[in-house]
Amino acid sequence: MNEIVLLLAAAIASGTPLVLAGLGLLVNEKAGVVNLGAEGMMLIAAVAGFATAFGTGSEMLALGAGALAGATAAAVFGLLVIGLNANQYAAGLALSLFGGGFSAFVGIGYVGRKLGDPAASLTGSIGHWLADLPVIGPLLFGQHPIVWLSLALTAAVAWLLYRTRAGLVLRAIGESPESAHALGYPVRLIRFAAVVTGGALCGVAGACLSVVYAPMWVEGLVAGRGWIALALTTFATWRPGRVLLGAWLFGGVTLLQFHLQAQGVAIASQLLAMLPYLATIVVLALISRNPAWIRANMPASLGRPFHAD
Amino acid sequence: MTDRSRRHLISVAGSLSALAAAGVLSACGKQEPAAPKAEAKSEPKKPDPLKAAWIYVGPVGDAGWSFAHDLGRKAVEAKFGSAVSTSFVEKVPEGADAERVIRDLAQQGNKIIFATSFGYMEPMLKVAGEFPDVKFEHATGYKSAPNMRIYDASLYQDAYLAGIIAGRMTKTGTLGFVGSFPIPEVLRNINAYTLGARSVNPKVRTRVVWVNTWFDPARESEAAQTLINQGADVLLQNTDSTAVLQTAEKNGKYAFGWDSDMSAFGPKAHLASAIINWGPYYIKAIDDVLKGSWQTGRTIWGVKEDLNDLVKIADVVPDETKAQIAKVKAGLKDDSFEVFTGPIVDNAGKERLPKDEKADRAWKDKVDFFVAGVEGKVPSGS
Repeated sequence: MNEIVLLLAAAIASGTPLVLAGLGLLVNEKAGVVNLGAEGMMLIAAVAGFATAFGTGSEMLALGAGALAGATAAAVFGLLVIGLNANQYAAGLALSLFGGGFSAFVGIGYVGRKLGDPAASLTGSIGHWLADLPVIGPLLFGQHPIVWLSLALTAAVAWLLYRTRAGLVLRAIGESPESAHALGYPVRLIRFAAVVTGGALCGVAGACLSVVYAPMWVEGLVAGRGWIALALTTFATWRPGRVLLGAWLFGGVTLLQFHLQAQGVAIASQLLAMLPYLATIVVLALISRNPAWIRANMPASLGRPFHAD
Repeated sequence: MTDRSRRHLISVAGSLSALAAAGVLSACGKQEPAAPKAEAKSEPKKPDPLKAAWIYVGPVGDAGWSFAHDLGRKAVEAKFGSAVSTSFVEKVPEGADAERVIRDLAQQGNKIIFATSFGYMEPMLKVAGEFPDVKFEHATGYKSAPNMRIYDASLYQDAYLAGIIAGRMTKTGTLGFVGSFPIPEVLRNINAYTLGARSVNPKVRTRVVWVNTWFDPARESEAAQTLINQGADVLLQNTDSTAVLQTAEKNGKYAFGWDSDMSAFGPKAHLASAIINWGPYYIKAIDDVLKGSWQTGRTIWGVKEDLNDLVKIADVVPDETKAQIAKVKAGLKDDSFEVFTGPIVDNAGKERLPKDEKADRAWKDKVDFFVAGVEGKVPSGS
């Protein structure tokens, strides 16, 4: 019993960066922009976050720096694909490759460095006696506060998208930018804001990996989690709550496989490593069969540039 | 948008994308300038110093495997001074790139080249055939040529010593091991760790998690966390980062440093560090070339030759255990003790080495099983 609780707690911790990045990409895609540069943005943010944590010793500042770095990278992307109508897929891929090289280059001096005493981190501020409660303790109170942040953000994004006027406009732009434009909404500006917001969230996810989860910097630290987050938005059929559950599920897959290994059950880890993508393909195939499902979930103008004329 | 502002935007974006392209290009080619840069550091005081080169799989700053090799290179510089000029190329991927780098180094006039990762074996073998006058040295492999020889450490001895400490320090009776790939080298370490622990505490069990990478801190720490969640309280790893030690520190458990002294990364968790000191071997190899006595072959050194060692044993380890470590080390030094001495039984109950027999090199090269006390099966086909 206790082992299962610990496994779930670890899956939540492992899925948290995916939740953050997935939500960011969800906001992007709801506005009709696909940013394949998630991996690159997360890497740039991871090194920025680590450098900040190394210099200041503050996790808060580090996560902020990650958000800023992610937003900056996303702004460049936004300029290209929204300002200049560059192909979203090509620009995203370029950002991904650029982020990999750039972060490695900037991060040379931080490889093998150690952050300060973890006791001085945010974790220490939460009462440790709460973490000792059975079941709920490790699941909720033993977690790093960033897990709470991810829960709050999921709720906030869901509320924003489905319960506010701004969310309605954002979704309208993702469905039909021409109509939104005809109604007088500044389509490019709103799309740009969505892209920058998404970049900031991916940035928090990247910094979370290098500052809270690993915590260290090495080249390629993000190790494909940006791509998993991209798959996640599709897997979750563009719904915030499902992004949260999907992220925990994807995080849990790796841990489950480790768990089984340690129990002496042999499963090829390579097989489990492809499960998130396999699940995404299955979901895509399923929703594509049903036009009503597609209409209800997938932003209709996803990946298409908007020309105002 | 007016025509003028659009043109302005285009020019901004154009320069941005040019910048991005330059970034990608420089990222792709970044291992190349390392060699000339390192050469610039060498000292051309006397005419014709012996040129020696190293290639590393990781960055020199990895605090682990490549870092240790580079310390060995520096030992060569310190020992021979201006008689030798050294250079290195870091972060060379194993595979096609390696062949190009090795050939390039040979063409630049290096007389001896050290390739410090297993995956450089085939590329080096190929280049060795093209440059009969150059001496090639390959770490941890098994193929040689008239001008290419092999050198290796005996890290399983360190794993055994770590096991003695782990067996003494465990409270749950469960040890954890984060493995990279199920190859003989790593299986030897898992088995030696378990044998060491069982020599002081016969009830110990070892749980193993494979991460299928040499270096992915996030995965390594997830694996370590899984082992801790399942009751393991002393961890060892065969991966190169400090993640396992840091995870143990966070959970109030124990762990070891691997490849280099990692005590700074987990002051409370750190029990000892397995280190490799390549300097003596590199000095001997260079000396062989200078004297003209270089011959092909296979050199495997260990605790006896001070090539690898278990150091920085923590204060929490009882004195009697420290004394036992010293005794085993003394046995390894005078060849009276061998880690893999029969009877060795695998965890399915089959005898792998008869009673009182000491394992030879061929036996150790072919380890493909877990000894009794390790849980689970060796993954096949990966």
